[in-house]
Amino acid sequence: MPSIGLAEQQDVYLSSFALVEHELGGCGTPWLHELRQEAIERFAELGFPSTHREEWKQTNVAPLAKIPFRLAEDGHAGVAPEALERVTFRDSFCSRLAFVNGHFSPELSHLSGLPQGVKVASLRTAFAQDEKALEEHLARYAPFDRQAFVALNTAFMQDGAFVEVPRGTVFQTPIHLLYLSTAGDQPTVSHPRNLILVGPHSQVSLIESYFGLDSSVYLTNAVTEIAVADNSQLDHYKLQQESEQAFHISTLQVRLASTSRFRSHSISLGGALVRNNIRPVLDAEGAECTLNGLYQVANRQHVDNHTTLDHAKPHGTSRELYKGILSGQATAVFNGRIIVRKDAQKTDAIQRNKNLLLSENAVIDTKPQLEIYANDVRCTHGATIGQLDQEAMFYLRSRGIGEQAARHLLIAAFATEIVDGIKIEAVRDWLKATITARLFTYGQGQEEL
Amino acid sequence: MLEIKNLHARTGNNEILKGVDLRVGPGEVHAIMGPNGSGKSTLAQVLAGRDIYQVTAGKVSYEGKDLLALAPEDRAREGVFLAFQYPVEIPGVNNMYFLRSAVNATRQHRGLPEFDALDFLAFVKEKMKSLGIDDDLVNRAVNVGFSGGEKKRNEVFQMAVLEPKLAILDETDSGLDIDALKLVATGVNALRSPDRAIIVVTHYQRLLNFIVPDFVHVLSNGRIVKSGGKELAIELEQKGYVWLEEAVESAQPVTF
Repeated sequence: MPSIGLAEQQDVYLSSFALVEHELGGCGTPWLHELRQEAIERFAELGFPSTHREEWKQTNVAPLAKIPFRLAEDGHAGVAPEALERVTFRDSFCSRLAFVNGHFSPELSHLSGLPQGVKVASLRTAFAQDEKALEEHLARYAPFDRQAFVALNTAFMQDGAFVEVPRGTVFQTPIHLLYLSTAGDQPTVSHPRNLILVGPHSQVSLIESYFGLDSSVYLTNAVTEIAVADNSQLDHYKLQQESEQAFHISTLQVRLASTSRFRSHSISLGGALVRNNIRPVLDAEGAECTLNGLYQVANRQHVDNHTTLDHAKPHGTSRELYKGILSGQATAVFNGRIIVRKDAQKTDAIQRNKNLLLSENAVIDTKPQLEIYANDVRCTHGATIGQLDQEAMFYLRSRGIGEQAARHLLIAAFATEIVDGIKIEAVRDWLKATITARLFTYGQGQEEL
Repeated sequence: MLEIKNLHARTGNNEILKGVDLRVGPGEVHAIMGPNGSGKSTLAQVLAGRDIYQVTAGKVSYEGKDLLALAPEDRAREGVFLAFQYPVEIPGVNNMYFLRSAVNATRQHRGLPEFDALDFLAFVKEKMKSLGIDDDLVNRAVNVGFSGGEKKRNEVFQMAVLEPKLAILDETDSGLDIDALKLVATGVNALRSPDRAIIVVTHYQRLLNFIVPDFVHVLSNGRIVKSGGKELAIELEQKGYVWLEEAVESAQPVTF
């Protein structure tokens, strides 16, 4: 088969844009049309990133650029509620907005326990009902001038979630944005787009999850924009267990106002090729940001976490911990960029990345990237790569615990730091069980070191 | 119960055990003493199945089975227990969960029903009390942040819970103050019974004041060079090991 240049495949997206724009949400809205137009033009200039670009050096997107993905059609009619229970955590206590192949599914959604004034709607509905808020906020946080995938998402965004929490609203019930994919025979693409606005003095937790319902080939290109206002707190969970054949590109762009708090828990389990861009901006004094991440990859999976913590203003605090469990011939990338701008005195940032390699053929590429322009700051980073502790293995076995059980116990223990940071019990239980189930599936218990 | 014949073991190119012979019968308490580097800890770890040591010659039979052919977990399930000289810290693994997994592995092996969390708590409550193990200690990660004394007590607690047939204590007295030592000794003595054997590996005679052995052996340069009753330990305390080491050249391993 002749190899197709990235540029030619890019043309497929450009030509299809003109054809499908009228099918996308918010058709006929002038500002939205302009935004989409601007984004597709920018994508035409940028093209898919090649590995010559520093930011994409270790993640080659040529395989996904080569596949002629069609825009995914609504497939929700075919998804039974039981299928959901198989893949996701027990979320009946949550308010759930469900999407199948990027299309909102009212049948699979249920909203409950939302305090007055809290808005949780599909983006398509919001285009009609909350146009003013969208015009003011959509694409204002996630720039696409240098981000090809964000540009592509902005041009093609079809549906997603719009969440608006008014001032002084504190509630415990998490909002769950559930994205399910099932592509069938033809590779499809969806571009989920979420806009989350948390008003001042509020406290919310939000789960964004991406699950594959089968082993089909598809691309999820998601963008989530979050603005956390003064003195507010948002716990954000991203659970990703796409099909093992799927491509998953995501961008989480967050703006933190003064003395606000944002905690991200990013879990990457599925996908053939996964790239997460996490970009919080501590845009006012005294903001606090926690980035926790866990990736567990096997076979030939590839997962790339690129985080950019932008300390723009003084007295900001950030704590970052990413942990990886790699087996088979899996590859992972952790690139932790921390920018401390000239103005951001008294910044306190700690970054750590720890990796557990369970096979000789797994590869981790870890890189801290500190750019410090202020002079009165504390910034530390550290990365470790290790194998299972043989002394601990012997200790467990000497107490009667079998070799495989001992390995599983130690692998699960490695993940504990991240698992225990999850405040929602149902998510925590789901994650523990899923990690263990994956160990059995991939035979990480028996693999020779 | 345990019969060691001409046991040789090495790590890398370094031969550490050079022909150990030892017989331990049920109900007996044996003390193995010897200077640093004599091979005491190696012997203890070889018996538990530590794979950094290669056995190059000799046999170990335990209750008629070839002990060296068993995986470490199978030795444990058959009733062999090693109290570690340096208990391993395992972050992220809850002490109680670990212990219950261990007990259940052995119970499963013996065809007994497994304990759930509640039953297990009831099962260990009494033993915790007698060894001065509080709730805090069992609910922390295994040995993480434990003081030296707490680690050793935790070893003896595990032993008390697992109820082994053959318990090997590797320098369990090192780093203990006198109160902790008494507590540990009480725990060990509580396990003494006609069908259980205990091997106490120690550098000092001090522990043997509290756990009185039936037999004392001196290990030197990878071989047992002298065996005797409990009075041998006192003699060693007075004379040190040097007089024995000087005699090693001509000494032959003593067997029973």
